[in-house]
Amino acid sequence: MKKSTTNVAFYTPYVMWLALFVIAPMVLIVYQSFFDISGHFTLANYQTYFQSGTYIMMTINSVWYAFLITFATLLISYPTAYLLHYAKHKQLWLLLIILPTWINLLLKAYAFIGIFSQDGGVNSFLGMFGIAPQQFLFTDFSFIFVAAYIEIPFMILPIFNAIEELPENLVNASQDLGAKGWQTFTKVVWPLTISGVKSGVQAVFIPSLSLFMLTRLIGGNRVITLGTAIEEHFLTTMNWGMGSTIGVVLIVAMFIIMFLTGERKKKGVRRHEA
Amino acid sequence: MKRKFKWSYLYLIFVFICLYVPIFYLVIYSFSTGDRMSNFSGFTWKHYAELFADTRMIQIVLDTLLVALLSSLIATIIGALGALAIDRTSRPVMKNTILSLNNILMVSPDVIIGASFLIFYTALKVPLGFWSVLMSHIAFSIPIVVLMILPRLQEMSHSLLDAARDLGASNYQVLTRVIVPYITPGIFSGFFMAFTYSLDDFAVTFFVTGNGFETLAVEIYARARQGISLEINALSGVMFVFALLLVVGYYFLQRAGQSRRAKHKRESEALINETTH
Repeated sequence: MKKSTTNVAFYTPYVMWLALFVIAPMVLIVYQSFFDISGHFTLANYQTYFQSGTYIMMTINSVWYAFLITFATLLISYPTAYLLHYAKHKQLWLLLIILPTWINLLLKAYAFIGIFSQDGGVNSFLGMFGIAPQQFLFTDFSFIFVAAYIEIPFMILPIFNAIEELPENLVNASQDLGAKGWQTFTKVVWPLTISGVKSGVQAVFIPSLSLFMLTRLIGGNRVITLGTAIEEHFLTTMNWGMGSTIGVVLIVAMFIIMFLTGERKKKGVRRHEA
Repeated sequence: MKRKFKWSYLYLIFVFICLYVPIFYLVIYSFSTGDRMSNFSGFTWKHYAELFADTRMIQIVLDTLLVALLSSLIATIIGALGALAIDRTSRPVMKNTILSLNNILMVSPDVIIGASFLIFYTALKVPLGFWSVLMSHIAFSIPIVVLMILPRLQEMSHSLLDAARDLGASNYQVLTRVIVPYITPGIFSGFFMAFTYSLDDFAVTFFVTGNGFETLAVEIYARARQGISLEINALSGVMFVFALLLVVGYYFLQRAGQSRRAKHKRESEALINETTH
């Protein structure tokens, strides 16, 4: 008797949270996507989404930008994580990587408004070489740059953890067996750290689809991501149905990414055997 | 070999400079006498004076801290109970389902969380403001607390619990004297993560806050859209120092935990050696 009451006490708050704040909102956003702006049940939102080219183009654009951001982030983060592994005082370095993530994202974006402005840091730096001021703010480049800047720590950490788990003797063995530096990397290090890369990609790609504040502050409304469209529909045009429809698209995209970057053990095993 | 080593350090230093330039750029201009982030013209404290005289801003900072503290505290309690519940679930299917549900809010983009919570509150006619923001922050902090506590629960050996029961401890005593002390490091890191999640959040708050209530991130967004005001720079200077203190505090907390654990291990090993020899 006593045991069952304590069990209920354990379960209740957490299960209530699961029901109210995980399941209910997800169900509601799908439900809402079937209603038009005046509250009638309809499939029109999905019809609009698939038939008007703008929404499809916007989705493709958003995925493309997220891909570019993820790729740029990976390109910078992998060598950093790799070198960190061999650095002295790596705990301290790691702390220095984490510290910027504690500065509010909005402040970092705000910093770039100053840095990229007409008479800001980058332009005065270029001015020293006699290059005329360039327009950086409100371009696609600045959006990708700032997004990558913000996401870099979230890519470095999982890759670093994966490299830390890599047994050093495997690297030594491959070198002893005569593999060149590049071969050791492609045949030993990369395959064994791919799990870290995957979780890094997951941690960067999904948020990159929804960074609406950056598109507003840095992209100057030129770049429209799925997140921007959702924010627009929910808070500006008040067309919650359409916003939810795009939300459902974003959720589907999220599951696809998770499926692609998830652990698929069987396939991995087969590849090793082959 | 030696030359290669230097090159690698050069790359690391380059990355770190890139990571920190924007932050220092902000902080440096908070001391500039001008009113824009260009042409540093002279040292002044006036933006800090403005910041500390801005009662509205101070109110927002206090509100943000209040939400962060309350939400992380409540999230830690619910999350700890949830971790205990998950740990006690014996059916693997059930356990995996709960864990997947737990992780939904971890991987969902902020806009989805914000938009779906907004629909949820509107459907339940919850007024938007302090309470809706607080509830949302609790909600999105719970999964990280669970993930911080669960591994410690799972590595705890069952013989400890059996021993406590054999020695006549009641369920309540087992919980408070054995389980809770064992998972305390997990509880602390969960609380810490929840606190930073709450402080860091912008998008969810932006969706679920009404007209009357603002957190720091929402206020910064509103001001940044209007253009540059060096008061924000002064604010970022203060926040950088705050973040630095938090990180250093967390670092020493972890170090202390690790060395304590290592000490425990050494002691128990010594004990085993003594008894076996």
